[in-house]
Amino acid sequence: MSITRRNSLGAALAAGFAVAMAGPAAAQGPVRIGAVLSVTGPASFLGDPELKTLQLYIDQVNAQGGLLGRKLVLVHYDDGGEAGKANGFTKRLLDNDHVDVIIGGSTTGSTMAMIPLVDRAQVPFISLAGGVEIVEPVKKWVFKTPYTDRMAAERVFADMKQRGLTKVALLSETSGFGISGRKQSKLVAAKYGITLVADETYGPKDTDVTAQLTKIKSNPAVQALFVFGFGQGPALVTKNYAQLGMKMPLYQSHGVASEGFIKLAGAAAEGVRLPSAPLLIADKLPAGDPQKKVVEDYVTAYTTKYHEPVSGFGGDTYTAFEIWVDAVKRAGSFDKAKVRDAIEQTKGFVGISGIVNMSPTDHMGLDVSAARLLEIHNGTWTLVK
Amino acid sequence: MSEFVQFMFSGVTSGAIYALAALGFALIYNASNVINFAQGEFIMLGGMAAAFFNAHGVPLMLAVPLAIAVTAIAGLLVEKLAIEPAKNADVTTLIIITIGVSLVMRGLVQIFLGKNTRPLPSFSGDAPFSALGATILPQSLWILATTLATVAALAWYFGRTRAGKAMLATSYNRLAAQLVGVNTRAVLLASFGLAAALGALGGVLVAPITGASYDSGIMLGMKGFVAATLGGLGSGMGAVAGGLLLGIVEAMTAGYLSSSYKDALPFVLILLVLFFLPNGLFGAKTTERV
Repeated sequence: MSITRRNSLGAALAAGFAVAMAGPAAAQGPVRIGAVLSVTGPASFLGDPELKTLQLYIDQVNAQGGLLGRKLVLVHYDDGGEAGKANGFTKRLLDNDHVDVIIGGSTTGSTMAMIPLVDRAQVPFISLAGGVEIVEPVKKWVFKTPYTDRMAAERVFADMKQRGLTKVALLSETSGFGISGRKQSKLVAAKYGITLVADETYGPKDTDVTAQLTKIKSNPAVQALFVFGFGQGPALVTKNYAQLGMKMPLYQSHGVASEGFIKLAGAAAEGVRLPSAPLLIADKLPAGDPQKKVVEDYVTAYTTKYHEPVSGFGGDTYTAFEIWVDAVKRAGSFDKAKVRDAIEQTKGFVGISGIVNMSPTDHMGLDVSAARLLEIHNGTWTLVK
Repeated sequence: MSEFVQFMFSGVTSGAIYALAALGFALIYNASNVINFAQGEFIMLGGMAAAFFNAHGVPLMLAVPLAIAVTAIAGLLVEKLAIEPAKNADVTTLIIITIGVSLVMRGLVQIFLGKNTRPLPSFSGDAPFSALGATILPQSLWILATTLATVAALAWYFGRTRAGKAMLATSYNRLAAQLVGVNTRAVLLASFGLAAALGALGGVLVAPITGASYDSGIMLGMKGFVAATLGGLGSGMGAVAGGLLLGIVEAMTAGYLSSSYKDALPFVLILLVLFFLPNGLFGAKTTERV
């Protein structure tokens, strides 16, 4: 074990203190990884694959003899999608469980509730939520792996610009995901020369949205439709869009990037374009793609163990966990300050979310190219070149 | 003109679903004065069960009645296990029990049928019909036709059958009904079974349009409750009128005003109706005798 003394005196003291507290015997004990995930409740579609992914890869590290010779133990709590609970469980992870890193916060709300505690306790924290506000402004101990809704909007607008579509109707969901997406879309539209000529909303559990779509259809200025929603709502929008015989190009957000969407929307999904991490099209990535191997290995490992399709959320969890493992290896220790510095210095790391290049001013490390643009064709995804 | 027709189609589709949900509220309210907040979960269970059976190879023709039967049994179980043991409690307690029941049902479905939205194929294809420059899905026609048939069937049940009349008598005066030999406990049990079956019917009808998920009952239950209150709690006619009115107002708001107000206007409407017509549009005028 080589410990380089290039960090601040404080960090070195903290490390010494930790070793003194733990004693030589405990140094060989397991390392605790804390996680607060929304495994049940309305955000369980996030937390469920996240927890499964963490367990899968922690087991894998342990089976190979552990990390720096020590076993990893997962301490996880389920916040049920409630930010208040996430805060309480984080306190428990820090005060009682003495974890070395925290992964999670499935939702932006939970993550924001966890940040003040993590900041005070000075523990590396990698969030799995999408909101831009998690890493803007940059917080010393806080990182995240999924790309943001702003980048999803930018990816879509870039494609529209390329196709010469500048007058766009926005139809967003009145859920947290949709509201944030609407805000970010309005913020970046001008950057790509896009004018939002209609701005409509729908409820996540609505049974019909033809009224909103009829309004958009009869607006002669509209050249393309961009829907920002999650789950069954966008599928309903797509079906109603087909019902009304609408011809303008239909774009969806990364919120529908799952096999479930194609199943729900059926034939109506033909021609829909959306941004997504490359996970969905693992088998269609060109041979030279730098992410191909990582993505394919993850898909194989996950589906072999759990017999269910992968989701982007599990992929982001893989990226978060592996970034931490990589940082620990480079730091050569579990010392929190050193690991934090190493995470911040992550360069060219090939994850599932994208190629990660962290810096002191960027704690996500992804650029717009991390999102691939897909088109649904004959009931499956194709990569738009 | 074609826009208006399209908004009407949109409103009537949603409205018919709300009406089916509202009918379930009315049935149980009549039999027990209890507002059953688990009604939305019956809708959810119907859709989820049908989608589950269908995904496991049961043909749609069989999956739908099977799902309705399963939900009806669930309704009977709810009455037997949760409502009957507390039969001497007051109405408020029973209402709170139904909220607990809804949470349990949602949780169980989440664990055993999964958290993902499940698809269910449309009953007769997805090719829309065109009329007056607007389009409507075949599934919407199924919903409308079934709602009408259900209303007719309920009218016959309450007007022409002994069991229906017994249920009606219980709603007017429980003690008097008991005195003339109506088994009011059986009536209560039957009302839960019937309300659950009605809810499930709504669930299987709407699932091909929206998909079915464990949490889809919350919103539908709430809209059904609003529709039932709007029409006058306990009135079958009122439930249908309230549901359609709610659906049409929502669609017109989204179409002509802004979709941002779509969810707010129905609640403004309910405030106005309750302010000027405290018993709802079709509610019975109750007079207190001194």
